[in-house]
Amino acid sequence: MEAALFAIYALIVCGSAIAVVISQNIVRMAMFLVLSLGATAGLYFLLHADFVGATQLLIYVGGTVILLIFGVMLTASAPYASIQNSPGELLQGGFLAVAFFAVSVASVLAVDWSQLGQEVRLPQDSRMGHPAPVQGYETADAGNTSRPIGMALLGVRVDDIASEPVPEQTATPGETTGHPPVTPLSGYLLPFEIISVHLLVVLVGAAYLARAKRRPLSTERGLP
Amino acid sequence: MHFVLMSTTTTGWLAELFPALPVWLIGFVVAGFHTALIGLFFGLPAFVFIWAERKISARIQDRLGPTHAGGRFGWLQSLADGIKLVQKEDLAPQVADHLLFRCAPYVVVMSVFVAFAFVPFSEGWVAVGSDAALFLVLAILSLQVLGVVLAGYASGSKWSLFGGMREAAQMVSYEIPLGLTAVIPVVVTGTMNLNDMVAVQSGGFWNWLIFHDPFCFLAFFTFFTVTLASNKRAPFDLAEAESELVGGFHTEYSGMRWSYFFLAEYAAMFLVSMLGAMLFLGGWWTGLPWIDRFLVAVDSSWSPVWGITRVAGLVVLMVKTSLLVSVQIWIRWTLPRLRIDQVMTTCLKYLLPITCALFLGASLWPLFLATTLQRTTLLSRPIGERMPGRPVLKSVSKPVPSGEQKSARFLPSAEPHLAATKRER
Repeated sequence: MEAALFAIYALIVCGSAIAVVISQNIVRMAMFLVLSLGATAGLYFLLHADFVGATQLLIYVGGTVILLIFGVMLTASAPYASIQNSPGELLQGGFLAVAFFAVSVASVLAVDWSQLGQEVRLPQDSRMGHPAPVQGYETADAGNTSRPIGMALLGVRVDDIASEPVPEQTATPGETTGHPPVTPLSGYLLPFEIISVHLLVVLVGAAYLARAKRRPLSTERGLP
Repeated sequence: MHFVLMSTTTTGWLAELFPALPVWLIGFVVAGFHTALIGLFFGLPAFVFIWAERKISARIQDRLGPTHAGGRFGWLQSLADGIKLVQKEDLAPQVADHLLFRCAPYVVVMSVFVAFAFVPFSEGWVAVGSDAALFLVLAILSLQVLGVVLAGYASGSKWSLFGGMREAAQMVSYEIPLGLTAVIPVVVTGTMNLNDMVAVQSGGFWNWLIFHDPFCFLAFFTFFTVTLASNKRAPFDLAEAESELVGGFHTEYSGMRWSYFFLAEYAAMFLVSMLGAMLFLGGWWTGLPWIDRFLVAVDSSWSPVWGITRVAGLVVLMVKTSLLVSVQIWIRWTLPRLRIDQVMTTCLKYLLPITCALFLGASLWPLFLATTLQRTTLLSRPIGERMPGRPVLKSVSKPVPSGEQKSARFLPSAEPHLAATKRER
């Protein structure tokens, strides 16, 4: 059943993503973007990653509202204005899309899928310092699944540790536990931060470009 | 009270009663059952509170309100309204963006409806148990604004567009104090699981979070104010300001699509009041220790009727929620509407600093008490000691064959030793 649900959600994500590109009304684009992002949140919920899903809803889907407002206020000079792309823009966008598709295909092919058949096991709780799994809820319902991603951001590859034999005794802090010591550089945290700062710069630039150009004062234009 | 999710329990029952059924069918049946229940809780409050709003507003204005429909107090007035609305023609303006115009009411309704799935109605009675339930509910509720903005834009009318834009500005700014006030109980209890947040408020009304410290006390009222604004209720109903914008974002809507907006509004009022009751007012606990203790004792001793104590909890929660909704109605009919600039000033200049200060205060309060009085709470027992003992099923953490583990979780035979741990406490 999960596979069927995944298929439905994936179809919605892809279909509405394509619809974003095809449709020419900016508000409809935003609407399809909301659908696409919301279905992505649905995929997260399907993975029992509640927190990530909620964050997706709050930040991306909620943020699209702002996008919508900006879209209406800054670009649409007439109601329901449609946007036409020039061939140059199409070429540019197509090139970027193909490049991104190549990168994603390459990274999907790089994963050794046969290894993922076995369950990713969390290491012993005492060593990682997080509380023992909550009883009463299913562990998956308790939202444990996004934890490996968070740990990987900090440089601790839970899946690598899990494949090693877990030592019985709790290692004292600072002692090596079978994987290289965790430094800020070992995880994805630094690249992640760089990307986020880059996004901020892009946002500021976009706001600068899209801001209303100051009109000459009415007296200079000779209006009463 | 032991801690079993209703959805998992019903799945377990079905799996035991009809072993032949495939798993996905059981999943669908349970999902349908819960959706129907949530639909009930989505529709009934709207039904009741629309009538209550008519009646209360009438009394406030020295009128009688509905008197005929359904007998004595006009209590079937909502049904009469509903029948009238169903009969109306489903109109859309010619200049409207028809697709978006038709979608918008559903966006609003869905966002409120889905949020109900994460809210427990009584101990463990929640459709989707989640450790981030509070965050999820707030995130999903915040999607309402999308439908309102779409409705405002797609109507092709200036009144609607104004209403939608106001709503967007208002919601986007009020989300910040809403989040901050909702975080205060999270800081105090150390969990975002709504079930646990209520669980730590057991054993007397002095254990309710509203009486936990002065900052929580103020935070409740701030939370209430902010939820008024986030539901676009008066005095913050700028999006539909009748006196200046005709009907605001729903000017062009008629019939059922119009009523969807109002169903969603009343359901959202109910939902945020329920959140307020759960976060600050002890949720399904009566606040009187002997009654609470009696309920817990019945629940843990006599397992065949565990449902009854839950129903009692449900009733208590509904009473608290209805009181809060009544206050919302009372405020709507007694306070004048603010201007849009006053609304924004209230949020950004006053509510935002207030909530920040409350958040800081609530975080520092235990530290302050610990350094002066050598304890972390003033009147009540520390939060950490109050957690009603979750049944720690040792067998779950061990690798057990899945069938065996299932029966240990769902059969009543697992409960005697849970009751034993209860009595020790």
